[in-house]
Amino acid sequence: MSEAVSALPHAPYSGIVELSEAGLTGMITLRGDLASAPVAAAVLAATGAAVPDIRRLTMGDSGKAAWMSPDELLLIVPYGDVSARLQSMSAAFGDAFATAADVSDARAMISVTGAQARDVLAKICPVDFADFAVGEVRRTRAAQVAAALWREDEETWSIICFRSVAHYMWDMVQTVARPGSEVGLYRKS
Amino acid sequence: MSHRLPAGGRLIDRSRPLDFTFNGRTMRGFAGDTLAAAMMGAGQTLVGRSFKYHRPRGVVAAGAEEPNALVGLGEGQRFEPNQRTTTTELFAGLKAESQNHWPSLDFDMGAINSKLWRFFPAGFYYKTFIQPRAFWKHVYEPIVRKTAGLGKAPHPETRDVDRYEQLYAFCDVLVAGGGVAGLSAALGAARAGKRVIVMEQTAHFGGRAVVDGAMIDGMDADTWVSGAVADLRGMDNVTVLERTMVAGVHDHGYVLGYQRVADHEPGADKPRHRLWRVRAGELVSATGAIERPLSFAGNDIPGVMLASAVRDYVVNWAVSPGRRVVVVTNNDDAYRTALALHAAGVTVAAVIDARAEVTGDLPAKVRAAGIRVAGGTAIRHVEGSKAVTGVALCRFDSDGGAVTETLPCDAVAMSGGWSPVVHLWSHCGGKLTWDAPRALFRPDPARPPLGHDGQGFVTCVGASNGDLGDEGEAPMLPVWLMPAQADYALRSKMWLDPQNDVKVSDVQLAAREGYASVEHTKRYTTLGMATDQGKLSNINGLAILSDALGQPIPQTGTTTFRPPYTPISLGAITGEARGPIFQPLRRTPMHAWHEAQGTYWEPVGHWRRPYCYPRTGESHADAVIREINQTRNSVGMLDASTLGKILVRGPDAGKFMDMLYTNMMSTLKVGKCRYGLMCNENGFLSDDGVVARLSEDSFLCHTTSGGADRIHAWMEDWLQCEWWDWKVHVVNLTEQFAQIAVVGPNARKVLEKMGTDIDLSREALPFMDWREGTVGGVRARVFRISFSGELSYEVAVPASQGQAFWTAVAEAGADFGIMPYGTEALHVMRAEKGFIMIGDETDGTIIPQDLNLHWAISKKKEDFLGKRGMERSNMISPDRWKLVGIETLDGSVLEDGALAPLPGTNANGQRETQGRITSSYFSPTLGKGIAMALVHRGPDRMGDEIEFQGKGGARVKARIVDPVFYDKDGEKQNV
Repeated sequence: MSEAVSALPHAPYSGIVELSEAGLTGMITLRGDLASAPVAAAVLAATGAAVPDIRRLTMGDSGKAAWMSPDELLLIVPYGDVSARLQSMSAAFGDAFATAADVSDARAMISVTGAQARDVLAKICPVDFADFAVGEVRRTRAAQVAAALWREDEETWSIICFRSVAHYMWDMVQTVARPGSEVGLYRKS
Repeated sequence: MSHRLPAGGRLIDRSRPLDFTFNGRTMRGFAGDTLAAAMMGAGQTLVGRSFKYHRPRGVVAAGAEEPNALVGLGEGQRFEPNQRTTTTELFAGLKAESQNHWPSLDFDMGAINSKLWRFFPAGFYYKTFIQPRAFWKHVYEPIVRKTAGLGKAPHPETRDVDRYEQLYAFCDVLVAGGGVAGLSAALGAARAGKRVIVMEQTAHFGGRAVVDGAMIDGMDADTWVSGAVADLRGMDNVTVLERTMVAGVHDHGYVLGYQRVADHEPGADKPRHRLWRVRAGELVSATGAIERPLSFAGNDIPGVMLASAVRDYVVNWAVSPGRRVVVVTNNDDAYRTALALHAAGVTVAAVIDARAEVTGDLPAKVRAAGIRVAGGTAIRHVEGSKAVTGVALCRFDSDGGAVTETLPCDAVAMSGGWSPVVHLWSHCGGKLTWDAPRALFRPDPARPPLGHDGQGFVTCVGASNGDLGDEGEAPMLPVWLMPAQADYALRSKMWLDPQNDVKVSDVQLAAREGYASVEHTKRYTTLGMATDQGKLSNINGLAILSDALGQPIPQTGTTTFRPPYTPISLGAITGEARGPIFQPLRRTPMHAWHEAQGTYWEPVGHWRRPYCYPRTGESHADAVIREINQTRNSVGMLDASTLGKILVRGPDAGKFMDMLYTNMMSTLKVGKCRYGLMCNENGFLSDDGVVARLSEDSFLCHTTSGGADRIHAWMEDWLQCEWWDWKVHVVNLTEQFAQIAVVGPNARKVLEKMGTDIDLSREALPFMDWREGTVGGVRARVFRISFSGELSYEVAVPASQGQAFWTAVAEAGADFGIMPYGTEALHVMRAEKGFIMIGDETDGTIIPQDLNLHWAISKKKEDFLGKRGMERSNMISPDRWKLVGIETLDGSVLEDGALAPLPGTNANGQRETQGRITSSYFSPTLGKGIAMALVHRGPDRMGDEIEFQGKGGARVKARIVDPVFYDKDGEKQNV
C-alpha cells in the first residue's frame, strides 16, 4: 500500500498571515433532504454533529458538517476513517433517497491564520467578512476558482478548492499575503 | 517665470529637499511637492507639446483635471507614459521626460502644424484621409500614427516589475472626496453607526477649504479637517483612504476605488495599486468642483493657469507661476487668488473683470490691497509664445478691434466660474439640471441614479452638488467668449481643449457643418476626447455649440460621463492575475512527473496534458511515432485523469440516464460499460464517453476532459429546473481519481505483475466490463475499455495515490519497455480506429447520424435530449456531409481543416465545397497519412476520388474510404 499524498506537500508560508496546507483530510459529500431524519442520523453517525443550518458549520466529536447548498453537506472526518463512516452513513440512510461520496482526494484545504486573515481573503473572495462568525461557511470564488471557506476560530480560516487548482490557490493566496500588502480594512475582531 | 517663494507652503517640508530630473536636467523640489509644483518651483514652466499643433504647453491646473502636464515617468521596467505631473507626488530620484515633441521640447519641428492651422480645421482627419481609399492603410495611418499621439508606449519586451491587487469591500456609505463636505457626511454617517469608507484621491484631506482659509464651526479649516480625519480614523466602523480615487459608479452600488498604494515610493515592497471593488449601500459624492478656463486668444500659452490652481500652488507648495500676475475673471472667487498672491509677495498687475460693475467684499479687499481692478474689461489676447510676456486688453463688450492697453506680465490666472464634478452622479444615470445664475450643471435631485429598489443611491454634497459656498458674493457673469463679440481671428486662437487642440472656431465650424448633437461634435472636433476627458473643456465647448446653434445650453446637454474618472492602470484591473497565476492551471496528480520528463504540454481547457514525451534530440513527430509503436507492439501508459467522472445516483438514475444519452443506458448491467453520446436539445453532439453501471441505482459517467464541468452543470440544470421531482443526485468525482490507462498487447501482463485480486483474464473481465479490487496494493476500479483499439485497462485510483500507482505501473512495465504516451499518440491511435473526437469531428452543428453513429441512438426510447431535434427536415436530409475516412493517393498527410473545393461559387460569392477534413495524422501503424472528413453524401461514395486543398493552393488527390483504418473486426482489443 503506497502512501497517500495531499495536493500541496508544501512548507508553510509566513507573510501578513500564516498559510499552511491542512494535509490529507477526509471529506464526504452528502446529498439529500437535509431536514430528513435519515440524513440527520447519517451526519450524526459520521461526525457526531448535528445537521448545520444554512451557511453554518457544526462540530461533532468525530468530525464536522458544513452546509454547502440546500441539499448538500460536506462532512469532514479523519482521512483514514472515510470508508467506515460511509458504511455507517449508508446504514443510517436505509431506503431514504440520499447519496454519500468520498471526495477526500478531490480537494485541497489551506489554513489561513492571523489577525489580517480577513483582509487577505477579501482580496480574493467577494465576501463581506464584517460579521462573519466563527462556524460560518461560505461557498464563493477565490480569484478565478471555486472555493468554500469557513472560520475555524477568531484568526483561523479554512479554505478548500479542487485538487487540480491547489497550486494555483496556494501561489495566489501567497501573492496577496506578501509583506507590504497590509490593508487595514477589517480591524475589529 | 515660475519660482519658489521664500516662505510658506503648507504641504512641503523644506528640510527634506528631493532631487529629480526632467529631460535629464537635475532639479530640486521638496518632500510634499507634486511633480508639477517641483518643476514650477524650479522654474520649468514649459512641460510638453500639444497633440495636433505641437504648441508649447504649461501647467494649467493643480489636480486630476490637468490637460497639459503629461510626462513619461520612470525608466525601464517602471516607465509609464502620459503621467499627470499635477497628481504625481515627488520622490527622490524621480525621472520625467516631456512628450510629443521632436527633436526637443524647446524646438519642435511639428510646431509647423501650428503655423498651418488653417489647413487643420475640425474634422481634418475625416475630410483629408477619406480618399483615395487605399491610402489610409499604407500612407495616411502610418504618418498620422507617427506624428499624433502623446507618450510612447513602453518597450514591448519590458515587463512591469510591480505587483497589483484587488480588494472586495462592503459598506453602507461610501464617501467620495475628503474635503469638508465629504468629511462632514462621513462623520454624520459614522456617528449614526453606519459602515463608512472615505476615499480621497489626493494624499491630503480638506479640499479647497484648507487652501482658501475657510472657517468651519469656529475653527480654521486645517484644524477642523485634521480633527475630523482623526475622529474618523478612530472609529471601528470607518475606513479612511487617501490616494484613493473613486473611479467609477456602477449598477447596484458597485463602486470601483483606485488606490495608489506605492506610486510615491517606487521600489517599496508593496503592491503599487489596489483596486477596491466595493458594494456600497449609498454613495456620497463630495468630489467638489472644477474651475473653468476663459476663452480668450492665446489662453493656451504656458503661464496661463486656472486662478484656483495658482492659489493652490502658492498656498500648498509656495510656488508662484510668475512674478507679475494678471488675474482675469467673471466672478468674485478669483479675487481670492489676487489676495493669496499679494499675501505671498507676488505682484498682481491687475484683476481684469468682465463684469461692468464690480462690487462686493472680495473685490473691496483687493482694492484695499492696492491692486487695480478693471471692470467691463477683457483680455483681448495674450502675448508670448513659449511663455506669457503680457496681455492686451480691450472692452469686454466689443469685438476686440481696439486694444485699450497692454499690460506686461509673466502669468495669467483665469476663472470662468465653476463646474461641479457630477461624474459619479452621472456614471449610473443621474440627470443634471442647469443652474443659470451660476452657469453650471448640477445634479437634479428628482432624477438620481436608481438602485435595485428604485431609489436613488448617489447623493451629491458640497460643491459637487453645485453649492459653491458663494453666498454673499456678487453674481458671476457667464462668459463663453472674451471679448463678447470676438472676431474670427481671435476665436481661432481661443483654446477650448488645449491637449487635443480644439478651438472655439473648430466647434463653430462643426455647428455650421451640421453637427447639432454634442456627442457628434465631440467626436468630430475631438473636443474633450483627450486623456483629461474634457474636465476643463466640455462646458465651455457646449456653450459655444449652443450659441452657434442658437439654443439654450441645457437643450444642448452634456456628453456622457463615463468611468473611470481619470485613467486607472491596467495593472490594477489585472490585479494579482499575472505571471504564473495569470490563469488557474489545472494539474493532474502526475503533473510534476510529466514535467520532470520534459514533456511537451498541450493545453486542454485549464489542464495541461502531455502532448508527447520527447527524448533528447528527438522531434515531437518522432516521439509520437515511438510512443504509438511501443503501445501497439507492447504496452504504453497514459495519464487519463482529466477525463470527467460524474456519479449519477438515485432511484430514477436509469430514467435520467436514458434522457441524457441517445442510447439506452437503463438496461446496462452492473459491472458493464457502454459507450454513449450526449446531445443538446437541437440534436447536436455535445459530449461522449463510457458509462459504467456501478450498482442498481448508480452510474459513473465518463466525459471528455474539457466537458466535465459543463456536463455536470448540464445535469444539474435538468435536475434542478426541469425534472426537479426525479430522485437523482449527481456528484462530480472527476478529481477524486487518478486514471491511468495501461494499453497494448502486454497490458494484462503488466497489471498482473503488479499484483491484483482482480481476475483480468479475457473471460473474467471481458471487453467493456469493469471490476473493483486492488492493483499493486492500491484500491482500484479497473475498466476494460479502449480508445486505441488495443487491449486496454483504465485504472482509477484515489488521486492521492495516483503518482505512486503511476510509478508502480512504470516499474512493472519496464520489462516490456513500457513508456508514457501523450495526447497526440492517443489521437492518432483513435483515428486509426475511426473513433470520433468531440471538438474534432464535432463543432456544435454535427448530429450523431452525420458520424454514422446510428447504432448509438435508441429507437426504442420514447424520448431523449435531442431526439426531436434530429428529426427536423434538415437533419434527415441525405445531402448532409457525413463522416468518411480519407486516404491520399500519394500517402501524404492532409492539412487539418482542409476543404474539398468544387467549381463555382455559392450565393455569398464563396467557393463551393463538398467536404472538409476533421482529423488528419501520419499513421505510423499504416505508414501513411490518414484522415477523417465530413463529405457530402460521403458514405455513398466509398472508393471515389476527391480533391482537397493542399499547401499553397495545390490540390491533393485522395480516396474516400472506411474511417476504420486499423483492425476493423476489433480483434486486438478483444484478447
